[in-house]
Amino acid sequence: MPPGTHVIDVSGITKRFGDKTVVNGIDLQVDRGEIFGFLGPNGSGKTTFIRMLCGLLTPESGSGTCLDYNVLTEQRQIRTHVGYMTQKFSYYEDLSIRENLDFIARVYAVPDRRRAVDEALDRLGLAGRSHQLAGQLSGGWKQRLALAACLIHSPQLLLLDEPTAGVDPKARREFWGELHRLAAEGMTVLITTHYMDEAERCHRLAYIANGTLLAMGTVGEVIGSAGLTTWEVTGPGLVQLADSLRKCDGVEQVVAFGNTLHVTGRDADRIQAALQPWRTNPSYLWRSIPSGLEDVFISLMGRSSDTFK
Amino acid sequence: MSPFAFHRFWAVVLKEFVQMKRDRLTFAMMIGIPLIQLTLFGFAINSDPKHLPAAILNADHGPFARTLVAAMQHSDYFEFTREVGTEIEAAELLQIGAVQFVATFPEDFSRRLLRGERPTILIEADATDPAATGPALAAMRSLADTALDRDLRGPLARLKGSPAAVNLSVHAHYNPENNTQYNVVPGLMGVVLTMTMIIITSLAITRERERGTMENLLATPARPLEVMAGKILPYILVGYVQVTLILIAARFIFHVPMVGSLALLYSISLLFIAANLAVGITFSTLASNQLQAMQMAFFFFLPSILLSGFMFPFRGMPVWAQWLGTCLPLTHFLRIVRGILLKGSTLSDIAPELWPLALFVVVAMTIGVKRYRQTLD
Repeated sequence: MPPGTHVIDVSGITKRFGDKTVVNGIDLQVDRGEIFGFLGPNGSGKTTFIRMLCGLLTPESGSGTCLDYNVLTEQRQIRTHVGYMTQKFSYYEDLSIRENLDFIARVYAVPDRRRAVDEALDRLGLAGRSHQLAGQLSGGWKQRLALAACLIHSPQLLLLDEPTAGVDPKARREFWGELHRLAAEGMTVLITTHYMDEAERCHRLAYIANGTLLAMGTVGEVIGSAGLTTWEVTGPGLVQLADSLRKCDGVEQVVAFGNTLHVTGRDADRIQAALQPWRTNPSYLWRSIPSGLEDVFISLMGRSSDTFK
Repeated sequence: MSPFAFHRFWAVVLKEFVQMKRDRLTFAMMIGIPLIQLTLFGFAINSDPKHLPAAILNADHGPFARTLVAAMQHSDYFEFTREVGTEIEAAELLQIGAVQFVATFPEDFSRRLLRGERPTILIEADATDPAATGPALAAMRSLADTALDRDLRGPLARLKGSPAAVNLSVHAHYNPENNTQYNVVPGLMGVVLTMTMIIITSLAITRERERGTMENLLATPARPLEVMAGKILPYILVGYVQVTLILIAARFIFHVPMVGSLALLYSISLLFIAANLAVGITFSTLASNQLQAMQMAFFFFLPSILLSGFMFPFRGMPVWAQWLGTCLPLTHFLRIVRGILLKGSTLSDIAPELWPLALFVVVAMTIGVKRYRQTLD
């Protein structure tokens, strides 16, 4: 594949289950070596979209390519060149780590299988546990096994569906380190997550709600395009303050962070006006802060449910 | 905390009922299976088989043989379906299982009867299943004593009484001691294979789906036929271990005669094992959880035992039940195993039972592969 072309290039991808549209006309381009984050609330269509990319589901309409193969007609070829990590651990719990990897390597007809398995074990630090049964592993180790298994046939694209759910911070950090190493070597990664710190580690991200793509770009671009204003306040009786603020016009979100509240709204002037009565109170300390990714997503989620309900 | 609190117990009871209600198929099977099986087996099972096919080899042309044949037919136990001219022909019919009995009336039967020489009627029975032939032979014995009573009148009345005017000779072929174990033990081979093969494999794909490993398997390049054949092969080997164990037990514990070729039996077992595995795999693609798969396996297993001729004589069942039985692989395999072990059947003898087995494998496998979905759609 010549550099510069899109690894994923799809447009208008739509999927319905019964009369429910789960994925609604998604356009997406992902470039080689990119770590692309896919975010959205539960049930927003992320998993369905990923399953369509790797040929597990057939899109109802739309077109495009994944690794230059047609997503509608060349699902078999796509499967052989994609590493797909399911949301739920889906390797055999009654096989050992090595046996699982060996099985996957055989199914994909990996050349020089034994060496490939050994390398995968070494790369993810599984060598010492290779004879342990997968069912006995903790969440972090299961996730490493799953990553090793989807890498064993040297795919060009990784599709990771909430790979870090239920994994501790250290293991998550190591996992992301590994992803960045892979991306630097030319691997393309599409990953879904609910963690904001992970979203910030992606090169680009997209936000999807109710099957529709609501925002796309780098972290800065996504935050910038949302145009939110956020104020931080400290002082006494924050719970009562939050209740009062939520009733104010122009205030979209009031979120407690320890001893502070973050107050966010879309319209800078309206929120400033709304806060005026409390800003004159000397017992509260107000500070304007940059909006976070989470504020943006919650705002987007609120807007999308406005339009869809 | 009390050791047993009603509200906690009741909470569990209610939860179970709700879960039972959610799993519609299981619920339907719990109600439907007993009903279907009650009506099915209640009418089908008959341990006093009548209308057994028989061949006649009649070298006599006198009236007495005719009277006896009519009486046999009248008893409802014998149904003369073939008339043969030679003993070789008769033996062949018994060998392939086309008839259960051959009745032979010797030359001069009527003449010798008139002379008071007590001629012999020879009844040859395929006694591989003593339960099938027993009642008919018992009826034949009393029939031989009394059937001619009406013909022997006037001057012939002197021939009546004891000993009877005719002599009855019964040859129980293939199992002269009428040993039921000879019939049951080879049959068990088919039953054990049916039970284990179908249950094990019906859980095979269902388990992948329940544990979530199916999604992964579907995402790999593995094709349906590869997955199914791959899942079947290990169990074929298990099936052969079972066959071997049963044969060893049959030989050394039950002393079942082994007249025919064991090599032939082993090769044909492959077809039967494949048939059961194909059924199991098909079930596992239909069932959405392991409990349903188990129930389907039992739904198939019960008629296999009851309608195949394993427990009750096949020919004793009404015709519709025989048709049902004919669709089951065990029915054909039982005939093959008993044929090879007890009768020494050769490949050509069992050919009529082979093609239904092969057809069954093809049909079950086709359904299974069609049902196995390649995507999650």
